[in-house]
Order: sequence, then C-alpha cells, then structure tokens
Amino acid sequence: MHEYSLMVALMERVEEEAAAHRALAVHRVRVRIGELSGVEPELLESAFAIARAGTICAGAALEVERVAARWACSSCQRPMDAGGRLQCAACGAPAALVAGDEILLGQVELEVP
Amino acid sequence: MCETCGCGDPHVVSVEIAERILSVNDRDAAHNREHFTSRGVLAINLMGSPGSGKTAVLEATARAFAGRFRVAAIAGDLETERDAERLRLAGIPARAITTGSACHLDAAMVHHALHHDSLRDARLLFIENVGNLVCPAVYDLGQAFNVVALSVTEGEDKPLKYPVMFRKADLVLITKTDLLPYLDVRPDTIDEALGRAMPVPQSLHVSARSGDGMDRWFAWLETQLAARSGPRPDPAAGGHIHRRD
Repeated sequence: MHEYSLMVALMERVEEEAAAHRALAVHRVRVRIGELSGVEPELLESAFAIARAGTICAGAALEVERVAARWACSSCQRPMDAGGRLQCAACGAPAALVAGDEILLGQVELEVP
Repeated sequence: MCETCGCGDPHVVSVEIAERILSVNDRDAAHNREHFTSRGVLAINLMGSPGSGKTAVLEATARAFAGRFRVAAIAGDLETERDAERLRLAGIPARAITTGSACHLDAAMVHHALHHDSLRDARLLFIENVGNLVCPAVYDLGQAFNVVALSVTEGEDKPLKYPVMFRKADLVLITKTDLLPYLDVRPDTIDEALGRAMPVPQSLHVSARSGDGMDRWFAWLETQLAARSGPRPDPAAGGHIHRRD
C-alpha cells in the first residue's frame, strides 16, 4: 500500500503551505486522483485520517475528486474506449491517455490570522 | 485580521497549489536520470509479481553479457539480500535495497544505492523492483525503460486486472514459457490482453530456464545500448550537483 507514503508527501507539502501563510489551521485539502493513477481514493482517505492526527490538518477534510480515464488516438485524436484495444481502429496509431493519471494536490483552505 | 470589518477574527483563504503529490520523487528521479545520461548508463526498471522470474531473467542476462557489457543491479525486496546474492553469483555487482514494509522502490532509495562504488562503472543497470504489480508503477526512478516480467503461470488476464502497471510498461517479458505444456494458458491471449492495456504493445516470450526466446531479449537490450553513446567526458567524476544530499 503506497497510499500512506503518498500521504506523507502530501502532508509535508500542505504543512509547508500552511507555514508560508502562517495559518492557524487547515480546513480542507483538495486532491485529484485519476482512475489509472494507481492510487486508491479510499486508501488515501484512510491514510489521511491517520496522518492528520496531531498536525495542523487535525480538523481538516480531505476532498478527493476522481478523474475518469479518457483515451484518444495520438494521431487522429479520435476518442477511444477504455477497455478496448489501445490502437486506433481508424489509423492504427497508439492511444494516448488524455486524463486519468492525475495524482495532484489541487487546493488547500487555510485559516489565517 | 478580518479585512471586511476589522474584527480580528481569523478567516479562511483558499490557496491553489496544483502540484503532483510526488513532485519530490519526480525531482529525485530527474536527478537519477541525469546520473544515467551523463554516464551513458542504460537503466531498466524491472517490475513484476513476486515469483514472476525477474531474478532468473537477470541471472541469465548477466551470464550472457559477461565480458561484453558491464552489467550491475539494484535489487529491492522487503527483507533479505537473497536476490542481490543470486546476482553476484551470476557474476555482476549487485546491491540490495531492503525496504522494510514499503511495497515499492522510490527514486531516493535508488539514488542512495547509486553512490555505491560497485555500481559506478555499469553500462547496463537493472533496478529489480519489489515484487508487486501495483505500487512500483506509481514511482518514477529515473529509468530509461520499464520492463515488466509476467509469467505464464499468472494466467492470461493480468494485463486487464492491473492496467496501471502495463500501461507504464515499455516491454513485457512473458516468462517461464517452458511451463506452457502443463498449463491451460495461451500466450497469444496474454498478448491480446496487452493490446488493451499498452498503447504500444511489445512483448517477448522467454524462458530463462531453457533459454528459449532469450536471444530476442538480449538483442533488444543491445539495440537500446547501441542507441546510447558512452559516458560524456566528465572532468570531475560524478560532478553533478546534489540538491538534496
């Protein structure tokens, strides 16, 4: 389970941002997780519940926006179905992942003096 | 202080960050890549399930390239030096990274191992990742290629069940093909599944035990090695800047 080590990296970045703003508390952390990123949102949420204890995020909510996988032909841009063959039926070129591999820290809400 | 009425109450601000959560690992991986590029090293991140035959493939590769290319390996496991010992017995320098409970290698662990003297002169460096079809795919190590070992005993549908791993693969080695007579598994069906997980499906069917198909794997490696020139002239050996050491 790599979600806990991801959470350690996430918490460090959030704490750095909170310190830069001299925040009193973090209210909300928004992340975007792609369907093909290899990260399980539920596991990330439970890792957050453990990791936030005793930190500036203790009272914070984690909001996970899930991003569906979208493929398109890398040459003719034709949309392609996930689960199907990843070579374009029209031109044979390989598919490119347009969305769905995000592991992003999007936004934090900070309580500032 | 509250800017609306000056009441002195704290208020809440929203701060946009929009950064990859793994940006520190990405930076470390870029640094490793610089190591490899400046020294003309071909670095391969070899991934696959526990027991998929990663170490056996590397043992056979070490023996085949003995005296032709300097090969070295970093072997990641939760515990023990066993894989590194096997690779040393096969004649190449190998360092173990024992991760404890971590299910994957990250770029910082690889960087730490890279500073070991025994790995310095390699032209071909294998990073044998922790046996796992999930987590290692998430972490860039600075490699030139991801190679995934998938043994025929794992069945035909692993690429569909673990799409994240196979999407990241540049080449899949379908291993242990000497066992096919004993299994209801068709390698063509595995290749069909790879076409649904890999935009550019590329696989080689190999048996490290019988040697079948291994010549194609060696040829693939030689092609990649030939595409890389030797080390760049570098007056100060290892003279790159370490940002995080």
